[in-house]
Amino acid sequence: MRKELVDKIKANPDYQHLVKTRSAFAIKLTITMLVVYFAFILTIAFEPSLLGTPLSADSVTTIGIPIGMVIIVFAFILTGIYTKRANSEFDDLTNKIKKSVKEN
Amino acid sequence: MNNMNRIFLFLILGSIAVLASGTIEGEIVKQALNVPAIVMFVIFVGATLGITYWAAKRTKSAKDFYTAGGGITGFQNGMAIAGDYMSAASFLGISGLVYAKGYDGLIYSIGFLVGWPIILFMIAEPLRNLGKYTFADVASYRLKQTPIRTLAASGSIATVILYLIAQMVGSGKLIQLLFGLQYEVAVILVGVLMILYVTFGGMLATTWVQIIKAFLLLSGATFMALAVMAHYDFSFGSLFAQAVEMKGLAVMSPGGLVSDPISAISLAIALMFGTAGLPHILMRFFTVGDAKEARKSVFYATGFIGYFYILTFIIGFGAIVMVFKNPQYLDLAKEAVSGGSPILGGNNMAAIHLSHAVGGDFFLGFISAVAFATILAVVSGLTLAGASAISHDLYASVIKKGKADGMAEMRVSKIATVILGIIAIIMGIMFEKQNIAFVVGLAFAIAASANFPILFLSMYWKNLTTRGAVIGGSIGLATAVALVILGPIVWVQILGNAEAIFPYKYPALFSVTAAFIGIWFFSITDKSHDAEAEREAFEAQYIRSQTGIGAEGASEH
Repeated sequence: MRKELVDKIKANPDYQHLVKTRSAFAIKLTITMLVVYFAFILTIAFEPSLLGTPLSADSVTTIGIPIGMVIIVFAFILTGIYTKRANSEFDDLTNKIKKSVKEN
Repeated sequence: MNNMNRIFLFLILGSIAVLASGTIEGEIVKQALNVPAIVMFVIFVGATLGITYWAAKRTKSAKDFYTAGGGITGFQNGMAIAGDYMSAASFLGISGLVYAKGYDGLIYSIGFLVGWPIILFMIAEPLRNLGKYTFADVASYRLKQTPIRTLAASGSIATVILYLIAQMVGSGKLIQLLFGLQYEVAVILVGVLMILYVTFGGMLATTWVQIIKAFLLLSGATFMALAVMAHYDFSFGSLFAQAVEMKGLAVMSPGGLVSDPISAISLAIALMFGTAGLPHILMRFFTVGDAKEARKSVFYATGFIGYFYILTFIIGFGAIVMVFKNPQYLDLAKEAVSGGSPILGGNNMAAIHLSHAVGGDFFLGFISAVAFATILAVVSGLTLAGASAISHDLYASVIKKGKADGMAEMRVSKIATVILGIIAIIMGIMFEKQNIAFVVGLAFAIAASANFPILFLSMYWKNLTTRGAVIGGSIGLATAVALVILGPIVWVQILGNAEAIFPYKYPALFSVTAAFIGIWFFSITDKSHDAEAEREAFEAQYIRSQTGIGAEGASEH
């Protein structure tokens, strides 16, 4: 990529907006996933009996089982949220940037 | 081309002959000939060889060979990625772990899954926008080709060979047990079929074999889980109550899998970053047309993999209630020696026995054939990734300095495939009686400690220099290997020493940290003229990684 093109794209407000919003969004989602997962794994390391609490007095099913299932579903939902926004909003911005590069 | 078709036909006939002679031998030796399994397996092999023949006609350029021409859709690629991840080891291993330890199996599954969202948020898009055939394309984008490609290729080849050993040994034992074939025959059969798929059909055949297998595996596992749940009127409460009656309350809570915080965090890091450094997975992102399809791939892959882990959890519990203490599946000889109701073939056979319990001989045959198909598909993807590292990174970029023509490069990767296939067969036979429990862990540790830090920092950190990447990446690689050797599995269980020098089973926390610190320190202290140029080149690279301007597109077919 030529130096002038790099400078031009860098100065493009759409590009700045894209990089800023997408990075913030991706970092937020990454941190959410890490917090959920490490909360789970550290509970197992420090307080495993917590996940072994029965759901109700007469049930053998422990709270750890729905929690585990929810984490699996949660991971999938996060990827859905990111993909949906990236494939519409972020891709529109990207196409706008590409068009403005082509025009000159 | 005509000549190639003739060789191809010859090899098909040859491999059928191997299969046929093997089954006869198996009949004599083991008498455990599983006819429905063999029939279904032969159908699978026939169909996949047909696909390979079709793919071979469409594989004309190096781009076709490495990336299926870049024309795979997000949905197809998601299925193929899920297929790469749902190896026989994870299907049988995780359901076996749930069968043996209950809840602990779920902890493992979750660790394997949570890396995927992070790959999507951080890696998938820049990877697709910057690379062409291998992840080393991205790592070496603005750094010096020779040292970075050499290191990245070493990391890839090491990961691939370790993974291949684990798959080959597992496949030999599994096939021996399921089909009554001899161990060596099984390993050679897997090796020969894999070489056929990859050399003739390239990425196109490898992807479709993977997609078909993923579909079969998900269907089979769904049927098993439904059959188990139907038995308990679709009530998890009654299934778990029965399981607790069989094995006690311990199966419902975390057990001894991760006992101390350091091991817990270290395992988490290995699973998360290791996934993002596996060359055969990263390579799949180049088979789709653009960043949009790359994102969709991860979305579908995460869905399929998550669904699969929920199924294996149900299957593991199904095995507790239907296989455990069922006299039909007990290993009486072993029970007489050690007690404790062991099942035939060990805990990893829990899902296989369950398939018989819910669907009889026919369904057992189906699941056995699917397990074999799974091994074939996974080793093919691995071998293709290893061969690409040899031909695209070492041959074309390091030896030929980027001046090799596409056809020569493709020829080298086909030769590399055959060599890797032969290495896999030899290693598979050599390691038959070895304890290979550490092998997959080591592969993940290397992927997390050498491949991932270089890839990640090359995408996001402006100040990364060649010197930093090479020294830091090597530190990560060396630390991972050394700590696995000094750890409890190799040092104590295999080498027979009394106490481990490094007390933890999973080295990732230490080796990944060492790699990042090494890369950081040797980059910021790099004051050379080249380092300055590498930092300056970051802006242009970042723009391409974010927007895809200048990225590789799909080829027309």
